[in-house]
Amino acid sequence: MKLDAKIPAGSLEHKWDNFKKKAKLVNPANRKKLDVIVVGTGLAGSSIAASLGEMGYNVKSFCFQDSPRRAHSVAAQGGVNAAKNYKNDGDSVYRMFVDTLKGGDFRAREANVYRMAECSLNLIDQAVAQGVPFGREYGGYLNNRSFGGVQVSRTFYARGQTGQQLLLGAYQALMRQVGKGAVQLFARHEMLDLVVIDGKARGIIVRNLDNGEIERHAAHAVVLATGGYGKIYYLSTLAMGCNGSAIWRAHKKGALMASPSWIQIHPTSLPQSGDYQSKLTLMSESLRNDGRIWVPTKADETREANTIPEDERDYYLERRYPAFGNLAPRDISSRAAKERIDAGFGIGPLKNAVYLDFAKAIKEQGHDKIKEKYGNLFDMYRKITGVDAYKEPMMISPSAHFSMGGLWVDYELMTTLPGLFALGEANFADHGANRLGANSLLQASVDGYFIAPYTIANYLSGDIHTGKISTDHPEFARAHEAVEGSLQQLIGINGSKTVDYYHKTLGKILYDYCGLARHAAGLELAIQEIRKLREDFYKNVKVPGNLSSMNSELEKAGRVADYLEIGELMCFDALTRNESCGAHFREEYQTEDGEALRNDSEYQFISAWEWPGMQGEPILHKEELTFEVLQPIVRSYK
Amino acid sequence: MLTTLSRKMLLCLTGLFLAFFLLIHLLGNLQLFLPAEEARLQFNWYSQFLSGNTFIKLVSYILYLSIIVHVIDALLVTIKNKKATAPYKKDSRGRASKWYSRNMGVLGTLVLIFLVIHFQNFWYVYKFGTLPLDSAGKKDLYQLVVTTFQEWWYVIIYVLSMVALCYHLIHGLHSALRTLGVFHPKYVRWFKIIGGVYAVLICTGFALMPIYIYFTTN
Amino acid sequence: MKLNLKVWRQKDRNSQGQLVDYTLDHLNPHMSFLEMMDTLNETLILNGEEPVEFDHDCREGICGQCGMMINGIAHGPLENTTTCQLHLRSFQDNETIFIEPFRSAAFPVKRDLRVDRSAFDRIISSGGFVSTNTGQAPDAHSLPISHQLTEEAFDAAACIGCGACVATCKNGSAALFTSAKINHLVLLPQGKEERQERVINMVQQMDAEAFGHCSNTEACEVECPQGISVLNIARMNYEYNRALITRK
Repeated sequence: MKLDAKIPAGSLEHKWDNFKKKAKLVNPANRKKLDVIVVGTGLAGSSIAASLGEMGYNVKSFCFQDSPRRAHSVAAQGGVNAAKNYKNDGDSVYRMFVDTLKGGDFRAREANVYRMAECSLNLIDQAVAQGVPFGREYGGYLNNRSFGGVQVSRTFYARGQTGQQLLLGAYQALMRQVGKGAVQLFARHEMLDLVVIDGKARGIIVRNLDNGEIERHAAHAVVLATGGYGKIYYLSTLAMGCNGSAIWRAHKKGALMASPSWIQIHPTSLPQSGDYQSKLTLMSESLRNDGRIWVPTKADETREANTIPEDERDYYLERRYPAFGNLAPRDISSRAAKERIDAGFGIGPLKNAVYLDFAKAIKEQGHDKIKEKYGNLFDMYRKITGVDAYKEPMMISPSAHFSMGGLWVDYELMTTLPGLFALGEANFADHGANRLGANSLLQASVDGYFIAPYTIANYLSGDIHTGKISTDHPEFARAHEAVEGSLQQLIGINGSKTVDYYHKTLGKILYDYCGLARHAAGLELAIQEIRKLREDFYKNVKVPGNLSSMNSELEKAGRVADYLEIGELMCFDALTRNESCGAHFREEYQTEDGEALRNDSEYQFISAWEWPGMQGEPILHKEELTFEVLQPIVRSYK
Repeated sequence: MLTTLSRKMLLCLTGLFLAFFLLIHLLGNLQLFLPAEEARLQFNWYSQFLSGNTFIKLVSYILYLSIIVHVIDALLVTIKNKKATAPYKKDSRGRASKWYSRNMGVLGTLVLIFLVIHFQNFWYVYKFGTLPLDSAGKKDLYQLVVTTFQEWWYVIIYVLSMVALCYHLIHGLHSALRTLGVFHPKYVRWFKIIGGVYAVLICTGFALMPIYIYFTTN
Repeated sequence: MKLNLKVWRQKDRNSQGQLVDYTLDHLNPHMSFLEMMDTLNETLILNGEEPVEFDHDCREGICGQCGMMINGIAHGPLENTTTCQLHLRSFQDNETIFIEPFRSAAFPVKRDLRVDRSAFDRIISSGGFVSTNTGQAPDAHSLPISHQLTEEAFDAAACIGCGACVATCKNGSAALFTSAKINHLVLLPQGKEERQERVINMVQQMDAEAFGHCSNTEACEVECPQGISVLNIARMNYEYNRALITRK
């Protein structure tokens, strides 16, 4: 398969304009004849559903949560980047493009990254118009903070709840369209299969999670904005319901999956404290603006943090990366923490954490200022751990957070299946091998507000004579039956182990072999282990209840069944990339001082995987990356 | 059909009017604290003045109407509120609010029962009963008051009712200002204090009357 | 530690429910409350019983999906905390804990501890937005808004829509939820344009959903995970009265 990214002609800064100039339009009278399905109601999903509804298309919006407002974008804390240069500190679209491409270790498309930086300007305007209460200066103008991996302040924030406020803006825009009848909302509906007719995505099969009914929905285009699959590690910063099932089922219907192993491990989450634990709570990266990260210089330190004198503390990020210090990018900070923890300097009862210390900031800026900036995060920390972080340092450790990988999409955000679009974290597009902080809210939003409305219209212009798609088509019947069959199978196994057991076991395998650091032998072992686990799953899993009523174990089982396949593909992906880049750190490929060693001559491409069917190994397709404006350099934050 | 907010507004306006009436009523009745013979003449003159004046008559009709509307509206509000909730097997929600805020209906019912007794004691007798005349030839309501409050159980009923009224007022005044839309934190604080003081002063004033009479004339 | 649970079990919307007793032993006091529920479910599944359905998702107190009445208190004993942020260290060893769904006529129980809170979505849909289409926005700096005003608007906008205010209200009133959104938007210049229509439509929708009257007991503020102030309700009343008076 030849992968055509469909990058528009012209110089980098004119590509998006050139696309928009030539993109085909659909006249308002024809829009009413066109149906679009949007799965997911996070920032990307809500914003595209609202935008398409405003334009006059018939939109159906689906989410598995009980309200669109609960989508996991809500949990993003720190902020959203935009190259507004309101701080007059030398920022520009170009600078942001450079930071993002470099932050992603030169494993993203120049054109996509540039477009994201360019559209960031509009996003802030849009959000303010919706009433998002971004932090402001006393003069009434917008304030910024800095985030990891950059040397300017371009992050807009709404206290530590930026994701919530941006999502509420999009949610309210969506609900406005729901009120007008332009968008039909289906909450508590989970997509279980994609329907492909004559090579085009034409609908989905969903399950009503409240009563178990299987429904068919048809449309001229299907948009997946279903977020990431980082929850595959079980312990992660993601919500319990986050899953990869929608994109995985689309993958099995023919959409290629790109760079599945690139999963960001966030450096500042709370450490695991026991086996019972269900998630690791993230503490915003913005804390690294004022917090200093350190471990004791003595291994197996037993003293209280506050009693350890200054000269027996190792501020390892400031030591190793003086130019960026505590604001080094996430992959680098996480790996540096892992390096110290593995070397025996970890702190806490399980020796699996490092300190994040605010003593200096509180001394310099005062308790009140720190409280104003991070009050809700400190409160959250106290609620979870029972510790007052104003008095003693926080304990943090790395945890799975964001999947840079996802469905392969072209410049128009369309997958290899015509009519199937993937937006936000569900696609692989803009972050390369490592995402910079505060770029995920940005990407999800610009995909939904500013990019997809043009590219989807461009695609739909070819469908104005198609007429209604019928759910009676044999492909719908086939997909419907297949979904029922697989649910029946899960219930029918009636084994002796819970779904969570498999999820936790899979998570452990992936954490050990396909996590912060990987090596070939480990990945090969992991593939074998996952296959065994999957076989065991289909023999011994126990899913109680029935198909025709609410059954959250059944929902979980379906998701874990998919994870068991995604995990294997992740290992394949990691195994075949013989270099280290961004979040993908292969121990065999590192410099003498332990930094990632990229191999541009052989691996300057995106791995896009094709589903081989239940037997056989995944099939690799390559999209070569070309850099016309910015030549790949060694990524140094020293 | 009124919205929930408008229904509350009706409750608020009638309630505020009744609360204001209490002040006037209290001021008039302060005459009871005068030396006995002076009080008798003053009070009886005042009573006759009230029942004869057209303006006062008009106000009294508004007063009766307010009581009726307040009661019926409160009943409707309570019925809808009851329908809007479902019972818990274990319910500790009370920890988050004051008992008198949660029991305005009960307190209101007590006050209403008291009103019936109170009307029957004085208003009904004055209007439709026969009263002796005082030295100035006016109906001797003062004597009726004194006779009534020589019964200790009447004194207790009146004092306890004033306690109920006081709590009803403390929450009622506070809540009424909310319903009117006073939202500025500074004024909200002031009004809360003023409302509390008002409620306590009024109710203490009324409660002292039967006690004073019971102890001074027995 | 050991806990004796009395959990509300109800098959579906139309069934009668009841409290069922469970005992869990060897629990770690650092476990979160929902992890304790996970443990309970794991035990139930392995015993061949149906697990308890409960709402939860982000487990960090922001999505607003979790919510239970724990010992008769919305989100349990800690103030300004969601159920998912509650840990077993807030309970005594061998304590008996009642676990019930959030109850209100507007929140029908769907199964066990899960309730239907879509009434909130419909309230937002009736007016809880700024009517701006994608792509219409002027530059963000063309509209200075004071720091203090933004912070005030944020305090109202922080609502997570969990429904604890309704569950804890003796009148089943949604005044806190509705007023928080009305105020978030009316405080900002962007939202002022539609203030009259918004407050009237949202209040009407709130009534249509069978929520009760606010009687200002102020319990909602105490149990609200985000500590949304009851003064929002006063301000909603102000906005509503103002709209009734000035509306043409």
